[in-house]
Amino acid sequence: MLTKQQELFLQMIREFAEKEVKPLAAEIDETERFPSETVEKMARIGLLGIPIPTEYGGAGGDNVLYSMAVEELSRVCGTTGVILSAHTSLCCAPILEHGTEEQKRNYLPKLASGEWLGAFGLTEPNAGTDAAGQQTIAIREGDEYVINGSKIFITNAGPAHVYIVFAMTDKSQGTRGITAFIVEKDTPGFTVGKKEKKLGIRASATAELIFENCRIPAVNMLGAEGKGFGIAMKTLDGGRIGIAAQALGIAQGAMDETVRYTKERKQFGKSIAAFQNTQFQLADLETKIQASRLLVRSAASKKDRKEAYSVDAAMAKLFAAETAMEVTTKAVQFHGGDGYTREYPVERMMRDAKITEIYEGTSEVQRMVIAGNLLR
Amino acid sequence: MLKAPLKNRKMKIIVCIKQVPDTTEIKLDPVKGTLIREGVPSIMNPDDKGGLELALQLKERHGAEVTVVTMGPPQAEAILREAFAMGVDRAILLSDRKFAGADTLATSNTLAGALRKLEYDLIITGRQAIDGDTAQVGPQIAELLDLPQVTYVEGISPAQAMPLASTPEGIVFSVKKATEEGYEHLEVAAPCLMTVLSSAEKPRYMSVRGIVEAFDKPMTMWGFDDLDVDESRIGLNGSPTRVARSFGKTMKSAGSVHEVEPEQAVELIINKLREKYIL
Repeated sequence: MLTKQQELFLQMIREFAEKEVKPLAAEIDETERFPSETVEKMARIGLLGIPIPTEYGGAGGDNVLYSMAVEELSRVCGTTGVILSAHTSLCCAPILEHGTEEQKRNYLPKLASGEWLGAFGLTEPNAGTDAAGQQTIAIREGDEYVINGSKIFITNAGPAHVYIVFAMTDKSQGTRGITAFIVEKDTPGFTVGKKEKKLGIRASATAELIFENCRIPAVNMLGAEGKGFGIAMKTLDGGRIGIAAQALGIAQGAMDETVRYTKERKQFGKSIAAFQNTQFQLADLETKIQASRLLVRSAASKKDRKEAYSVDAAMAKLFAAETAMEVTTKAVQFHGGDGYTREYPVERMMRDAKITEIYEGTSEVQRMVIAGNLLR
Repeated sequence: MLKAPLKNRKMKIIVCIKQVPDTTEIKLDPVKGTLIREGVPSIMNPDDKGGLELALQLKERHGAEVTVVTMGPPQAEAILREAFAMGVDRAILLSDRKFAGADTLATSNTLAGALRKLEYDLIITGRQAIDGDTAQVGPQIAELLDLPQVTYVEGISPAQAMPLASTPEGIVFSVKKATEEGYEHLEVAAPCLMTVLSSAEKPRYMSVRGIVEAFDKPMTMWGFDDLDVDESRIGLNGSPTRVARSFGKTMKSAGSVHEVEPEQAVELIINKLREKYIL
């Protein structure tokens, strides 16, 4: 049951996705080109600051609206969905939730207006799921920190202006020695390295961040020294709502294509939608998509109500990601040979779906979060 | 109506909008041959939305207060909220059982009855609504209010030497009007009425903040008692039009689109005509 406000938002975001995002989806996948023009259009209508309060230049919306935006964009283009998700959940949210008043005033208006895009750097070659194994270090020198090390697989790296970066400030303290920093694009000693060639979400910029004696002012520390690990984990809890919404959108997009295709495609003298095998499989997939949607919206609205939502977000991401993989794989199967070609969007959706089981916590991590809460 | 020059005040624009079924989504009942209206989404009429976009652009460039007015059932509130989310300042819903069953003349009388109570330099309506396609309401309002009117407007162009001038007599608009042959550039003194085409400008998207705040804005509701209009001229009683019969159009084939060079196009057309034994 949607509120009137949510209905009006859906009307807008669907039209935007259909008219502005969908026409580019195949081309940017093919060429691996970051869709800057789409990001500009999104900025113009306020999509880059949906859950940011108006006092910091945002739209003053909530996480349910934000999840609806990621879903609808991903329904036509998984890449566009993750650009928004990484920006909002992984960069704007930690500044809003952990930043000082000065940091919020410095960064949020430009991020929410889309003048700046945001990114988040936690993963390292030796610190993936085991995020505590950070090797990037930050040493305090007077009013500055000197950062050395590197990050990999960073979404929006390059186009982004603001990066939330995690580094060890005290190795002896383990996870309690990790600190979060806000790093700006043009800081000397900070460069964006090699761009990855990926299976899916190929137009999203995924690259390495390299820090060589990168000096940042101590006022750019986000939260207190040693509190970085907690900030990272909380940020990823929120990020999972975004990725769950992305997975949900990809699944819905593949379902839309499959419904259309199975009604049109004729074999043995009738549409393949007339076969019970098709009908029963579609019914099961549609049920899983709707279940994913309810999990996503429930996690988002718990976050909006400031209730604990970590387990809800993990369940939403786990279920939506696995549903996306199942729906898109079966969508290709329903399309037969057509589905395997780039003439039809379902093979792209299948490639895009896979990452949702991996990034911002693999499906295995989500199961650890859910079971850990259950058995504690 | 306002005749004063713009000095020390904001220009006032009123846009008349209508909620219509999205006719691109309407299907025919194959058995009864009637329109299936159930489940068809309601939208803001496209020409009206084009007019609203022109009004909002005038507001951005020159400063203006933009008001939208619609006549309809309470559900028509939806397009007023949409208009708020696009950036209008004020929205008025004309809703009363007495307004029901109106043809274009009774509708124009009702709208004029509301407009007489409001201040304006410019009234904008869409050229026509996609559910009726009459293109009568805009011109009828202009006649009822005794205003100069320009129909088929595509632009109130800022590229003009005098896009918007304020003379001692008031405001003058420079207007681009579409004709069958091309365009006419006209100048028209306020207060006036223009009917606008959906092709005028691509309407903006509602902004996220606009949507978030749209439902907190006060919407004005006016019934019959709030208007300056004779009861015999509105609703079913004020409607001289009677629909004698409705029937479906015979379907023509969709045709085909070929994007080719002129030489190839000539060849293609000749071959088609030969195929059909016309040549």
